[in-house]
Formats: sequence, C-alpha cells, structure tokens
Amino acid sequence: MSEYKKLTEQDLAAIEKIVPRERILWANEINEEYSHDELTATPSYPDLVVRATSAEEISGVLKYANQEKIAVTPRGAGTGLVGASVAVEHGIMIDTTLMNHFLELDEENLTLTLEPGVLLMEIYQYVEPKGLFYPPDPGEKTATIGGNISTNAGGMRAVKYGVTRDFVRGLEVVLADGTILELGGKSVKNSSGYDLKDMIIGSEGTLAFITKAILKLLPLPQKNVSLLVPFPSLAQAIGTVPLIVKSKAIPTAIEFMEREVIMDSEKFLGSSFPDNSADAYLLLKFDGNSTKEIEEAYDGVAQICLEQGALDVLIADTDERADAIWKTRGSFLQAISGSTTQMDEVDACVPRSKVNEFVEFVHSLQDEMHVRIKCFGHAGDGNLHVYILRDDLDEQAWGKVLLATMDKMYAKARDLGGKVSGEHGIGLAKKPYLKEDLDPAAIKVMQGIKKAFDPNNILNPRKVCFD
Amino acid sequence: MEILVCIKQVPGSNKVEVDPVTGVLKRNGADSKMNPYDLYALECGMRLKEQYGGRVSVITMGPPQAQAVIREAYAMGADAGAIVSDRAFGGADVLATSYTLSQGIRKMGKFDVIICGLQTTDGDTAQVGPEVSEALDIPCVCNVIKIDKVEADAIYVDMEMAQDIEQLKVSFPCLLTVQKDIVQPRLPSYKLKKETEKREITMYTLNDMDDTDKKHYGLSGSATQVQRIFPPVSNKEQETWEGAGAELATKLHDKLKQLKFIS
Repeated sequence: MSEYKKLTEQDLAAIEKIVPRERILWANEINEEYSHDELTATPSYPDLVVRATSAEEISGVLKYANQEKIAVTPRGAGTGLVGASVAVEHGIMIDTTLMNHFLELDEENLTLTLEPGVLLMEIYQYVEPKGLFYPPDPGEKTATIGGNISTNAGGMRAVKYGVTRDFVRGLEVVLADGTILELGGKSVKNSSGYDLKDMIIGSEGTLAFITKAILKLLPLPQKNVSLLVPFPSLAQAIGTVPLIVKSKAIPTAIEFMEREVIMDSEKFLGSSFPDNSADAYLLLKFDGNSTKEIEEAYDGVAQICLEQGALDVLIADTDERADAIWKTRGSFLQAISGSTTQMDEVDACVPRSKVNEFVEFVHSLQDEMHVRIKCFGHAGDGNLHVYILRDDLDEQAWGKVLLATMDKMYAKARDLGGKVSGEHGIGLAKKPYLKEDLDPAAIKVMQGIKKAFDPNNILNPRKVCFD
Repeated sequence: MEILVCIKQVPGSNKVEVDPVTGVLKRNGADSKMNPYDLYALECGMRLKEQYGGRVSVITMGPPQAQAVIREAYAMGADAGAIVSDRAFGGADVLATSYTLSQGIRKMGKFDVIICGLQTTDGDTAQVGPEVSEALDIPCVCNVIKIDKVEADAIYVDMEMAQDIEQLKVSFPCLLTVQKDIVQPRLPSYKLKKETEKREITMYTLNDMDDTDKKHYGLSGSATQVQRIFPPVSNKEQETWEGAGAELATKLHDKLKQLKFIS
C-alpha cells in the first residue's frame, strides 16, 4: 500500500482552481507517452498531469500536494533513460513543456535566462546566430534544459568546456511547500553560504522544482575542424587518448566508435560513412577562431595518433564533411535500438586511463554472458555508453542475463575507480548500483538533504537515494 | 586511364550575402572551400583510378589563392593539378569560363574522361561542365547518378532524367557531370596533405594558351553581363482563415481571383 494519496475527483476540482481545466489531463485524457521515458521497462501512469505555464501555478500545485501528501513527478520532454521522470507513485505529474520561453538574453553579462521547457536544440538556434555559444551538448537535443539541469547532463564537448553544471549561474525553484526561491544569479563569483543551486543541479527533481534558469554563455568559436582517426584496433584507438590528454592539446571532444556500430547507423540513416578502412575510430573535434589556429592545435595530436599506429588522420574541415560524420555519431543510440527488440544501458564513467580496460572487459562479457553488447562513448572524459541487447531472449532469460551483466559491469567500473553514471543520472534504474558505490555515510547525508528540502517526501519519490 | 576532375573554390559558408549598395557578392576571402559538388566528382575519379588504374588530375580556374583547392585535392589523392589564372580571365561568364578551362585542359594533356560536379554552390548554373565539352568537342553526359563500368574505349553510366533513368555507353574522350550523393566523398588525409605539401601546381596564364586573343577571355569573351545581383525578396505576408470547407473554398477562390492568379 502506497503512503501517497490516490487522486480523486475532489483533488481534480481543487487543482482546477490553480490551473485551468484545459491544461489538466485526467484519467483517460493522459496519453501513453506520460507513462514512461525513453527506456523504461515498467510503465506507470500519473493520476493527473498538469501542463504548467508559470512558477506560481507550480507553487500552488506543490502546496496542495504537500498538504495532501500527493507524489509529484517533474516531466520535461521525457527523453530520460533511467526512469527519473516516470510517476512510480502515480499522483501528479507536472509537465514543463509549455514553459518554453526565452526570458532574457543579457549580452553584457553573457547570460541567457529561460524557462525549463526550452529544448536544448532551441538554445543553440537562439544564441548561435548572435555569435554566442552554449557549450554543453548532450546527444539528445530534443531534451528540455530543465531535464538537462536535473541530470547534470554532459555531452561530448565536456572534455574542453565541462558539463551542464558549469554553465548554470542561477535557478528559480519551487520548494515542496510551494515557496518560490531564487538561487545564484548573474554574478560570476559566489561564496555566499551553501550553494543550494549546485545541490539542485543533478538532483533529478527530488529536491525542488526548477522553474527558471540563468545560463552562462561564451563567445561562439568561429571555426571547428573534426578529425576522424582510423585505427587497426579499438585498444590502440583508446590507448592513444591518455597520450592526447597528456600532450596538453584540448580538443572539444574525443569520441570512440567501432565499425559495427557505424554499420548499424549507416543502415538506420540510409547514408554511408566517409571511411570504411578500419574497425575502430577516434573522432576528435577542435574549435577556434581561424583555420590556422586550429591546424596548429591539431597537428601535434595528429602526429601522436600516427605514432600510435593510426592508419591515417582524416580531416573534416567543412560543414558538409563534419555533418557526414557527426550525423552518424548522433544516431548511434537510435541505430542500436533499431537493431534489437529491447535494450538497457550502462552510462558508467571511469578515469580516462582506464577506458581501455573497461571496454575490453565489456567486450569479453559478450561471450561470457551470451548476449550482444554494443558500446560507444566519450573517450575524452571516460564516460561510456554500453547497451545490452535483448534480441530474441524470452522475458525471464532477458531479466536474468541483464541483471547479471549489469552487476558485473558496475562492479568492474567500481574496481577501476569509476562512477555509476556519467550523465544520465540515477533515477529509478540505477539506485541499487549507487547504493553499492557510495559510502553509507554519503547516502545518509543525501537522505538528510532530501529531508531538509522536502520533509513530506512528495518530490519525485523513490528516486536516486531512496528505496 | 587518364582522368581529369574540374574543381572550383567557393565561399566557405552557404549563406552568401549580397552587398545591398553595390550589388556585389560579399566574399569572405579567408573562408573558402572546394565546391561541395566537386567532391563527388573527385571521389568518382578516385574510385575509377582505384578500380581501373591510371591517374587523377585536377584543374581549377581562379585567382592564385584558389590553389588551396588543388592542395585539398592532393590530400584526397589526386596525382597532379593545374590552375588557370590570369587577370585577363577575370569577370568571365559561364561561356568564357568554359572556353578558358578548355584551353587549360588542352595544355594539360589528353584525358579519357573529364568529370565535373553538377553545379557550384555560388553560381548554381550547371552550365560550365557541358560548355567545356562543347569547347573541347567531346560528348557529354549530365546528371550522372551511377558509373556502371569502364571498357577499353568507353564508359557506361546512368543518367537521371525527369521521369526515367537512361543508361548510356559513352566513348572516350568524354565529359560527365555527376549528381550530388552519387558516392560518399572521402575526407582529406593528413598523411597525404603532409606528403604532397611540396608537390608542384602548374599554372597556366593567357600566354600559355594556344589561343592568346584577349577578346576570347574574361569580360570581353563573355556573352552575358551581370546587370545587378540582389537577394530575392520573400513575401512574408500571411493570412490565416478559419471556417467550414465550403465557405473557405469560396473565400480562397475570391482571393485568387483578386490576386489575378485565376480569371
């Protein structure tokens, strides 16, 4: 029996006083989409969905939910992979996709203030024509910025620029009791008490509801060049990365990819990749303000790659050339997904010098566990995306092999000094692994923080560090 | 097999701006690239060479800095390159450009097949390829979407037509213009770029040509003159109507009549 209240017609009537009925979905008005994210195995419907348009509305709904002990699940575009936006305790889901407005572009402070439902791709489209740059670039460009902040999403450019957290200057949030709070702001420095803003970032909607964000922007680099580096083996490719890091060159991205995944992607996109000479590739990207500056930056890296046995270093120096490569890279998740019946993922992050060992281990698991495993990822920051594919396994066999394979992978990542999640978050799916990963004292502090923010435990219950 | 690919340097960005006062194309000198359509032509040439043996040469026409696209072709595997460049060639329209290129090609050597991209991204005329073949008096096939095979004296290709695909056997020497996406172009190689850094690029000026009559080149050799270049004005006026189908149909009919699209 759930400790949370199941919503009734009376609750609907009460919420209608806060949010107009046409923006409330109730019972069979709730679309199937709201019952899962992009990878959830077990769908779960909320009792009611609010399509909010303001912090005041959210404040009103939370105040009511807090009094009535109703679970509240935040929801952006639903592109998550770990079940954080799934209403496991039903209750109210607050959908932010109508809160999708840019509020202010402050070119004097280089900040962009926006609502949480703005999509990541919309941010690029908005700032880049103005010569400005929002560096975080998680693969899923149709995710909302609210979701990105909630998981502290990273992306490929993390190698040079950092992750979402590094680009959030301020937040407006609603606490569980309905209080609206401003955290951080436009100032560059801040040593004023506990940094609650940073605590909210990556908390997956369990501490407070994000209703506004102030993002930091940079001047847009004028040019970029990608290098596609074919290697005879994946081990050689990945083994080169620590040397690139050591050389002090700073590419914006270092990705690794294998022929097999590229072929899935070619099939998925119906277009061909510009090279098929090798089984493994590193893909590097450099940015700067002139071709000459970039050429100087990548020359040393190209030499290192060749010394380490690269077959060549291929130069993608125009939009057309870069598109042919990055479109392929961008479609890996969908392409792998399309090649099987069901899949689950591991988003572990290991020290960069241990990536090779981890990838080799992952490959060896295919034979040991008799299951197909595909993998690609951010060699430059040690964040791997590993997909375990169901193919034609029956429900029981799949459940068993998935659990056993995941256990082995997370245990290995732990041995190598890694972390459970690099950017997808913990949500529901990775809770057991977080528990094994963290010191019990750390979990206890996290639970204490949760209690301080949300004493009635109504915000996204049973996620992250709660059973 | 002797293969020649015609290439051109174009502005690096597809967003070409026109100076509203002078009407001249704003070319950002620092940012240029090989015409994307030519990449397909060069890739076709490289694949022919890899399959049937021979050499791939490239030729371009333009100011001296256009040699950059020849360097780029070297990094993609081309064996030799020439640039046709002279102040006297400036201001050429498609006819004068084609004639100038054909003169350069005659100097460069004998080729079994000349391959051009379908068109350029800065001129969009798609005329230079066929007009070069005319000036050289050799057969030409445009819109090639597939190269089937090569025999001792001919090449078999698929040409895209409005409704059909025509399969053709073309005798050497000939000229082909190839469609976008006929093959996936390879990327320039860092290794080849370094290896070919010092490779020579031949330059042909007016004095090198068989025909040195200035009147046949540049502005004076052009049959057309540009009067004015301006960005198209788009009509952004929009009206939205709501209502029942029959009512809207009448309204639409009246509107079209008022705008004189129908009588």
